[in-house]
Formats: sequence, structure tokens, C-alpha cells
Amino acid sequence: MRAPRLRRIWGVVYRHACLYRKSWPRLLELGYWPTLEMLIWGLTARFLYLRGGTGWQLAGALLGGVLLWEVALRAQMGMAMSFLEEIWSRNLAHVFISPLRPAEAVLGLMAVSALRLIAGLTPATALAYGLYHFDIFAFGPVLVLFFANLVVMGWAVSFGVMGLILRHGAGAESLAWGVLAGLTPLCAVYYPAGVIPMPWRAISWALPATHVFEGMRAALAGHFAGGELALAAALNLLWLSALALVFLREFRLARVRGALLTIGE
Amino acid sequence: MARIVVEGLGKRYGAVSAVRDLSFTVAAHETLDLLGGNGAGKTTTIAMLLGLLVPSAGRIEILGHDMARDRFAALARMNFSSPYVALPGRLTVAENLRVYGHLYNVPRLSARIAELAAALDLGAFLDRPAGQLSAGQKTRVALAKALINRPDVLLLDEPTASLDPDTGDMVRGWLEAYRAESGCTLLLASHNMAEVERLCDRVLMLKAGEVVDRGTPRDLLAKYGRETLEEVFLRIHREGALPA
Repeated sequence: MRAPRLRRIWGVVYRHACLYRKSWPRLLELGYWPTLEMLIWGLTARFLYLRGGTGWQLAGALLGGVLLWEVALRAQMGMAMSFLEEIWSRNLAHVFISPLRPAEAVLGLMAVSALRLIAGLTPATALAYGLYHFDIFAFGPVLVLFFANLVVMGWAVSFGVMGLILRHGAGAESLAWGVLAGLTPLCAVYYPAGVIPMPWRAISWALPATHVFEGMRAALAGHFAGGELALAAALNLLWLSALALVFLREFRLARVRGALLTIGE
Repeated sequence: MARIVVEGLGKRYGAVSAVRDLSFTVAAHETLDLLGGNGAGKTTTIAMLLGLLVPSAGRIEILGHDMARDRFAALARMNFSSPYVALPGRLTVAENLRVYGHLYNVPRLSARIAELAAALDLGAFLDRPAGQLSAGQKTRVALAKALINRPDVLLLDEPTASLDPDTGDMVRGWLEAYRAESGCTLLLASHNMAEVERLCDRVLMLKAGEVVDRGTPRDLLAKYGRETLEEVFLRIHREGALPA
């Protein structure tokens, strides 16, 4: 990659890093929801375990589900919210009259999303270990596959959300935090996909996260579900390509309609 | 050789024509003003020149690059300032300039920011959030951002709007000096007639998306028999243009 290209991507990362550098409420907000989720679900898992009706495996599945689902949610929101930040500050026109290519802008937003993800999940991961003795890293190398698949799924959904925002304007901003959260029941995060009623189960199997969480539960039982993770990767490739094309199409149409000038108004 | 070449440019939004059959060229060292009332097509034209808006018809070539096919090569050597397009308000002035310095791959960025801060008198508020500045300060910061990459083509929408006369005069002087030093091509959309007379070599009079007259400020004054460009503007706006 040529140096000017890397520098432009760094420009996007630097722009968003500046926002967090001096604002503790923003930094706090990154870790707030994952930590709260971990507290609630951690206590629930502990209660179920202490009641004696369930084994540690179910408690582990709940805690692993909470942490890993936050990976997808934070990846998606990190990218879409950073895009919205440009719209809220009415800066989109300046960004897109610079030599920054759309692909570089997206790579910059992905980097920002990854940084927000690490900052947001570190407290929840530490809390899971400190309070409930749940070590997410005990999954071993397969954790990298869970993590990568969920991050990519989050980014894929972000492409769709950003495309919708370009089409419908800032009025569609609630999609940035609503779309993926709305898919939670179908992603088999806390229960096996077999629990989902049949008409919905077909949709559930089309989502990469379902296969990741099936893989996670298999890993907790001591198995490596390579097939599930391969399927998750293939579905991610499909969804990422399709939704990236949607975003590029909406970006092109926004240039036809003049929406890049008026989108924040 | 012309740095901006516009041929048969048009923009339609459904049944509405915002710009129709616009053609002009602007050379190095030259300053052109797009002059017209509200809805005349000035902002639409500038947006098309910047690649923010895809034309419905015609062709734009800037610095030898076809904007439909190769706009990023031209954009690296262009820039734009408008008091109506904001910079991120929570970032300080210095951070904003640094962001755009990275996006434009500006060498020796710190030195360039210091140079612009001195020239545009930004030193007192370089470390203040851009959103907390007065309108005049914001205009100067927007201009600094527009000059960060030493552009060969600079597009300015109302560059001295909301500046007091003294600061406005300073900015105009700075633009003149920058043009003389760099050979920069300037394209303005300005309603400040004194500014147009002082800075512009040629004027394109727009009305309802079409060019209704064009010429040097002196030629237009002579043609319409008026004392000021404002009188020429009002004559054209209310009664129409004289035949060529």
C-alpha cells in the first residue's frame, strides 16, 4: 500500500481518535454497555449455576455469548457511528472533496471500529474474569475465528446501515444501533439454533453469527466445529460483498442526488 | 493552458434544470466569479466541479484530469472553502488542520500549519475547539483548511462572508498574494461586489441555471453603462441581460 494512501487512512483514524482523546464521557460510553451486559448476564449465569440445575457449560455459554455478541455489536456500531459523526458535524462534503477514496474512508472507519471495540470490550472481559472466573481466552486459537467472523459480520451490517443513511439521510440514524441488535433473537447467541421456530430458523442459518455461536457451544463441549466456522466465513464473504455493493451504489446515487451536500440538514 | 475546462455542463433534478449548457474555461493565475441570485446554479456548479455532484450532461476537466474518470488526481491539487460547510466542531483548529493535512498528504505539516496560523492570524485560537469560534474566526479556519495543500485550483463560496471589513480586506489581500505567489486558479461564488471587482478577472453572470452574460468587470460596467457591478447585477436580475 502506498504511503499517501496509508496517510489518508491514518487521517480518518486521527480525526476520530481526537474525539476520544480529551473526552472521558465518550471513553466511558464505549465500555458502559458491554460491562453492564456482562454484569447482568454474569449474575444470571451465576444464579442458574448456584441453583444447581445447570452445569458450568451453560453458564459459560451465556458469558461467552454476551462477550462475543458484543464483538459484533461494537464492530457494527463503531463503524456506523463514526460515519454518522461526519454527518452530525456536517463535514461529509469536506471529506469527500479531499483525495480520500471511498475505500480508504471505509478502511479508516474499520480501523476506528476495531479500536473502539478493543477499548469497549476490555473492561467487560476483565470483569468476566475477575467476578465470574470466565476466561474468554481459554477458548484458545479458535477464539480468533469467532472474533474475526463476528467483526466481519458487524462491518457487513454497517455497510448496509451506511447505505440506508446515505439514501434516507440522518433520519435513518437509529438504524446504526438498532439493526444488528434487532437480529439478536435470530443469531442463536444464548441458545442453540434448534430452539428457534422453523420459519425463522431458515433466516437464522443464513446469518454468520448463528454458526459462530454454534461453534462456540461446540468448543465449550470440547469439540472443534470447523464446518460451522467455515460456513460462517462463507456467509460473511457473501454478506460483506453484497452489502459493500449496496453501500457503493448508494454512495454513487448520493452523488447524483447531491445528498453529500445536504445530508446533515 | 486552461486549468478548468467546462463544456456543456448540465444538472437536472427530475423535471427541474438547476444548470443548463454551461461552458467556460479558467486559466492559471486567473480568477473567475460565478455571480447570480439565489437558485442561479452557483452552488450546483461548484459541487459538480468538486465531484460531489454527478452532472447530468457535459464534461469537466480540471488540471488535465477528466472529473468523471479521474477525479482523485485533480482533488489532491484542489481545495474548497465555504462558511456553509462546517469542520468538526469538537476538534481544535490545529487538530482539524492536521486531519486535512493527512488527507491531502501535506509534507512538513506542522510547519505548514504554523505558516497558515501566522498568515491568517489563527495563533490565538489554534487549540480551541472549532465549534466554539466566532463566525469570522470559523471563516478564517475554513480558509486555512482550503490552503493546507497549497492548491493549484481553489474554489471559494462566499470566502469573506461574516468577516468584519478589516478582516475581510486582510483575507482578500492574502488571496491576492497567494495567487501571485503560486499562480493558483481561483473560482469564486461571491455576492460581495467590491470583492468581485478587486479579485476577479472575469465574471460569469448566471440566472436560472444559465449563463446570461460574461466578461471582465470593466467590460460589463461599460456594456451596461453602470458605475458598479452591483448595478449591473440588479439590471440583469430584474430586466434581463443585453444581447452579446
